[in-house]
Amino acid sequence: MADMTSPRTSMPERDPRLRRRTFEEVSLGYTEEMAVAEANRCLQCKHAPCTAGCPVNVRIPEFIAKIAARDFEGAYQAITQTHGAPAITGRVCPQETQCEAKCVRGIKSEPVAIGRLERFAADWHMAQKPAFALPKLPANYTHVAVVGSGPAGLTCAHDLAQLGYAVTLFESFHTVGGVLVYGIPEFRLPKTIIRRAEADLRSLGVQIKTNTVVGRVVTLDELMEEGYRAIFLSTGAGLPKFMNISGEGLAGVYSANEYLTRVNLMHAWNPDYETPLIKSRSVAVVGGGNVAMDAARCAMRMGADEVHLIYRRSEAEMPARAEEVHHAKEEGIQFHFLSNPVAVTNNGSGHASGLTCVKMELGEADSSGRRTARTLEDSEFTLKVDTVIMALGTSPNPLIRMADPNLNVDRKGCIIVDEQTLHTSREGVYAGGDAVTGAATVILAMGAGKLAAQSIARALETQSD
Amino acid sequence: MARIVTKRRLNPTVTLLEIESPMIAHKAKPGQFVILRVDELGERIPLTIADFDSIRGTVTIMYQSVGLTTKKLDLLESGDTILDLVGPLGNPTEVDHVKRAVVIGGGVGCAIAFPQAKFLYRAGVHVDVIIGFRNKDLVFLEGSFRKNCTNLYITTDDGSYGEKGFVTTKLKELLDAGEQYDLAIAIGPVPMMRFVAETTKPYGLHTLVSLNPVMVDGTGMCGGCRVKVDGTVKFACVDGPDFDGHLVDYDELMTRNAVYRDQETAAAEVHRCRLQALSDAAMMGGARNG
Ligand SMILES: Cc1cc2nc3c(=O)[nH]c(=O)nc-3n(C[C@H](O)[C@H](O)[C@H](O)COP(=O)(O)OP(=O)(O)OC[C@H]3O[C@@H](n4cnc5c(N)ncnc54)[C@H](O)[C@@H]3O)c2cc1C
Ligand code: FES
Repeated sequence: MADMTSPRTSMPERDPRLRRRTFEEVSLGYTEEMAVAEANRCLQCKHAPCTAGCPVNVRIPEFIAKIAARDFEGAYQAITQTHGAPAITGRVCPQETQCEAKCVRGIKSEPVAIGRLERFAADWHMAQKPAFALPKLPANYTHVAVVGSGPAGLTCAHDLAQLGYAVTLFESFHTVGGVLVYGIPEFRLPKTIIRRAEADLRSLGVQIKTNTVVGRVVTLDELMEEGYRAIFLSTGAGLPKFMNISGEGLAGVYSANEYLTRVNLMHAWNPDYETPLIKSRSVAVVGGGNVAMDAARCAMRMGADEVHLIYRRSEAEMPARAEEVHHAKEEGIQFHFLSNPVAVTNNGSGHASGLTCVKMELGEADSSGRRTARTLEDSEFTLKVDTVIMALGTSPNPLIRMADPNLNVDRKGCIIVDEQTLHTSREGVYAGGDAVTGAATVILAMGAGKLAAQSIARALETQSD
Repeated sequence: MARIVTKRRLNPTVTLLEIESPMIAHKAKPGQFVILRVDELGERIPLTIADFDSIRGTVTIMYQSVGLTTKKLDLLESGDTILDLVGPLGNPTEVDHVKRAVVIGGGVGCAIAFPQAKFLYRAGVHVDVIIGFRNKDLVFLEGSFRKNCTNLYITTDDGSYGEKGFVTTKLKELLDAGEQYDLAIAIGPVPMMRFVAETTKPYGLHTLVSLNPVMVDGTGMCGGCRVKVDGTVKFACVDGPDFDGHLVDYDELMTRNAVYRDQETAAAEVHRCRLQALSDAAMMGGARNG
């Protein structure tokens, strides 16, 4: 019987003092020995609560048993039975609220490090098999369009191509990957992983059309007329929210999406690139999610002397992944909990010079279980900053719904779908990922891509019968 | 990848590029823009579609070489390619039910005013055009405008060509003389658009201005292009680029547009060597940007 109190195997990481100024990956991954040691902590529970906690039901005990037996390729294959992108989700999933939250080992000590093991299996596979012939059914010459190349679109295109469909993937940016390339920074998710996913798609015969904004250069009706028999909309939720406080229009105030897009997609961190970005000395990031953590850590890496993170509730309520919060603290981000901005101050020539905030206190839990935040009187304070980054959440990208009035959306702009099939109000048009749920997670988007592929294939098969 | 089919200097600082892009040409409407990235290291910059030809499958842009990207564009010749070209973006200018319009262009903004004038004129609208330049050497598109409007008025600041004065001087003169319009469209530097809007306001003349804030994606995902209109935040790329000129917060627009100006200068300095190398290569007829 395993020692039930042994802690999880820690993962090597770059020294915070060094890494806070570079974009190299922070977490270095397990070695084979570490992976085997951690895999041996798994109790192989028959009822596999971890698998039930995974949105795409990865066969967790099975792949971990293979790692323990040093069958690393077997472990990778076990994962990919239900989920195609473990190198990505092993790095970005909020495991602590999903699979690991259900782990029996977590009751007496720490849960098995499922995410790290998932990442290990995927990285091992990629290192051993730089090019891997993906299995594929014979071509059936039925065209399907996938719009948006984030995790939802990548997954749907991949699965449909494997089923033999002729898939065209449309993306408005010049690069494939959605949030995985424009939002999540290199130091958390190296872009070589996304390039590999893109190469896999091409080898499956997927046509990739970047620089193509569906709804502007081609409409859904026109895609149907061109012969696409089904369309999957995975256009994401990138429309940034602002607070509507005074001074938000000043120079030096960014949405997190703009800041991260400049840094990541447009490589502002690399001096060879021409992307302009304000050279900030002191930065305030407003928000408590992954986006806020990424923005704060990028600002630190772009050379800021100090980076403040302002969140209106307490640390316990922060929606960000625990690991990101931990890393951000290690890197010297200064957290201001229970604080809420009320104004951005002007330096007199139209540029931000500070962020005025008030202190908050948490009251009773409301009907949704969230404790409401109340302003404390006379608690105003001002942080002297030259840059303010708003990471307050996003809503679905507006173009598709603006271009197609027949597409039903809810009050928040989320596309309305049938939950079982992901079919929208338009015949032959499906949707999934953040475009449907509003800002959520990579794994939920991938799950939606998978479900849409199955449901599209089912519908097209019945039609051709 | 989009190929340049024509390059023409319109005046010492403004250049026209006709670029092959059948999909965009097919869909473009006056008032819309494209975003381009010259090469892998380049920024994404928005440029208004100055003309389009769905039969030739081309769109035309006109730019003034000011920043690094437009300087790089300037090194390209016909036959060269631009790495990324996205469009058409933004909403077409709304000109339904317009019977008499006055279109006002300032400097390089005339390039953008041109498709508006042409479109309206060909739709049977009475179109008066006022275009203004600093001096005679900078006048461009005169012939094109003449063919596409009812009356053309040219002003120069120093009086070296056309009438001496600003576009607003001429505009006020026409309005005072009792000319009736149901739409004014003003395109040019922000201060000029503001003055046009101030001029038309007392006459209650509906005035559209075409805004060109900083942009990244052009699809509503970054908010970099946000402008304040009538006290509310709008994203120029999806809600505009045309807005009611009487409601725009011009001060905010101007400071936000100037955010990267110092950096542009610094960057231009840093990248000068690279530009020099590129232009040397181009002069030698050697490595073309591809
Ligand atoms: C900074 C940041 C950090 C995050 N960190 C995490 C994390 O650690 N873990 C986690 O699980 N989740 C994280 N998330 C959330 C996660 O990234 C998203 O939930 C997920 O990417 C949604 O996937 P998607 O495929 O629905 O959309 P997206 O990834 O948003 O992709 C949509 C794509 O569609 C394209 N598009 C939009 N409109 C059009 C159009 N009209 N025509 C063509 N293309 C179009 C867009 O350009 C984009 O590439 C993070 C998000 C951000 C912004
Ligand atoms: S350019 Fe990014 S939202 Fe308009």
